[in-house]
Amino acid sequence: MSLSLEDVTRISRLARLELTPEKKELALNELNNILGLIEKLQSVDTTGVEPLAHPLSAHEDITLRLREDVITETSSESGRDAMLANAPATENGLFLVPKVIE
Amino acid sequence: MSNTTTPSTLSSIAEMRKALDSKQVSATELAQEALDRANAAKHLNIFLDINPEATLAQAKQADQRIAEGKQHLLTGIPIAHKDVFVTRQWRTTAGSKMLENYTSPFDATVVEHLKNAGTVNIGKLNCDEFAMGSGNENSAFGACLNPWDTSAVPGGSSGGSAAAVAAGIVLATTGTDTGGSVRQPSAMCGVSGIKPTYGTVSRFGMIAYGSSLDQAGPIASSAQDLVELLDVISVFDERDSTCIETCDGTPNRQGRVKQAYLDTLASQNGQGSQPLKGLRIGVPKEFFGPGLSADVASAIEAALEQYEALGAERVEISLPRTELSIPAYYVLAPAEASSNLSRYDGVRYGYRAKEYKGLEDMTSRSRSEAFGPEVQRRIMVGTYVLSQGYYDAYYLQAQRIRRLIANDFQAAFASQCDVIMGPVSPAVAKNIGDNRDDLTADWLADIFTLGVSMAGLPAMSIPCGFGGANGNRPIGLQIIGNYFNEGKILAIADRFQQHTDWHTRKPEIK
Repeated sequence: MSLSLEDVTRISRLARLELTPEKKELALNELNNILGLIEKLQSVDTTGVEPLAHPLSAHEDITLRLREDVITETSSESGRDAMLANAPATENGLFLVPKVIE
Repeated sequence: MSNTTTPSTLSSIAEMRKALDSKQVSATELAQEALDRANAAKHLNIFLDINPEATLAQAKQADQRIAEGKQHLLTGIPIAHKDVFVTRQWRTTAGSKMLENYTSPFDATVVEHLKNAGTVNIGKLNCDEFAMGSGNENSAFGACLNPWDTSAVPGGSSGGSAAAVAAGIVLATTGTDTGGSVRQPSAMCGVSGIKPTYGTVSRFGMIAYGSSLDQAGPIASSAQDLVELLDVISVFDERDSTCIETCDGTPNRQGRVKQAYLDTLASQNGQGSQPLKGLRIGVPKEFFGPGLSADVASAIEAALEQYEALGAERVEISLPRTELSIPAYYVLAPAEASSNLSRYDGVRYGYRAKEYKGLEDMTSRSRSEAFGPEVQRRIMVGTYVLSQGYYDAYYLQAQRIRRLIANDFQAAFASQCDVIMGPVSPAVAKNIGDNRDDLTADWLADIFTLGVSMAGLPAMSIPCGFGGANGNRPIGLQIIGNYFNEGKILAIADRFQQHTDWHTRKPEIK
């Protein structure tokens, strides 16, 4: 199967990427090219094969750990400042974004 | 300093250790010389950030530690980190405009371990944007050049990491491997690199690409030096939920890799000139198809003959799904990337567009303006294969094939061989700019490294020859081990390096 321009628009919206009309055309060609490559997966019979997510579960039983739901770092103004230091815009110790509610 | 020992004549960590402990050189002198060399090799575009003050402060601490007699084996050794490991004192960009001005409030676990051992960081190394690429050409800050031949790529994505060692700026660096990103640049720059078993080294503070594949690994000039580096960073970390506590019953902590390496060397007790007697090397027939270039094929053949001369036995094996590893990987990795990179929203850190209408538009514009073409391409592919109605057909199907690929390796290790060897890449490094119009050409060249990543196995690359039109582009031999056998493959690589001199050759830096 191959994608249409509408598909590309839908995917780019889901991916939060804004594509100009020229870039959309280019993306359409590229994606169809790539889908042609990954389409080969469909020809393999995988009936009864368990999907492998954590590679080590091919070797041993793996259970992912969950940590205790407790606070591990206490809050401080300096800690907050360090976390905010990389933000493009802040105000009064908060991340600043465009207004979302009128 | 004596007249005969200068920092640049020290070609191994052991030699450097000796010179530091006997006060022939200081950590400060070593650090200053490495900074000078980095500066002299600026045209290769290896470093993305240098902070001499921070480097020299670490060197001073190392000198103090040595003076007090409290040094670790790595205290005072200059190293450098791939720019996907976050560092407090150096900017961390992941090769992306998105993080051009990002400085992390914390150090990655790998960085922390190496710092605690007393290593001195020289700076941050160029790489493909978010580790997506095989030639370091996808860096937002320009391509990195191959020290052996400046018209060639250094490989990728850890291109700067391999180039820094090849150019002799530092003896060791850190890299990351998702589909071959430690092994392939190591091969193309004629240095040694290892990707350990998935889950043995913490991913905390390593900027995520494909989380079920990403694994940190060191690059150095010899297997012996890799042992020292890997041993320090292979430690359980509760801050990485996929990091493992034990490796087949042995605690995942410092000393594990080195002990296994020493035990393997001690057990190689074949007759005199045949120390590897009894070792069965599996050679996958699928790695020697028509796509393999003649120069690589003959260098690999010569390396295998060298192993036979050392007593090892060659066994032909089959990894029937080698070719399928390409489509499976290029579903799984982009899927995980699209999820991981959704965090770059222009709010908490990273690039924010100058003009926008509303919140969603701000995020979309920021991402489109700051991500490079390859990253956007992989995000789009990943978003598509995870979207409603396609998840089963692509993502789950790729994970099922991933299981079959892992099973193929296990079948070989179960009855036929102890290690697997073959080429790292079908050809030597390409010219910078090649394949620009053929998107998937580079992807196809990852064929020999992807299966290992999907199975989570340890594998390394060691130099074994040269090829290309001028005979000056390095070739790497891939050595693949079973789960947790990193100490073993390092010992097997070390045997080769004790009998060959490929790993000692250095390019002339012009």
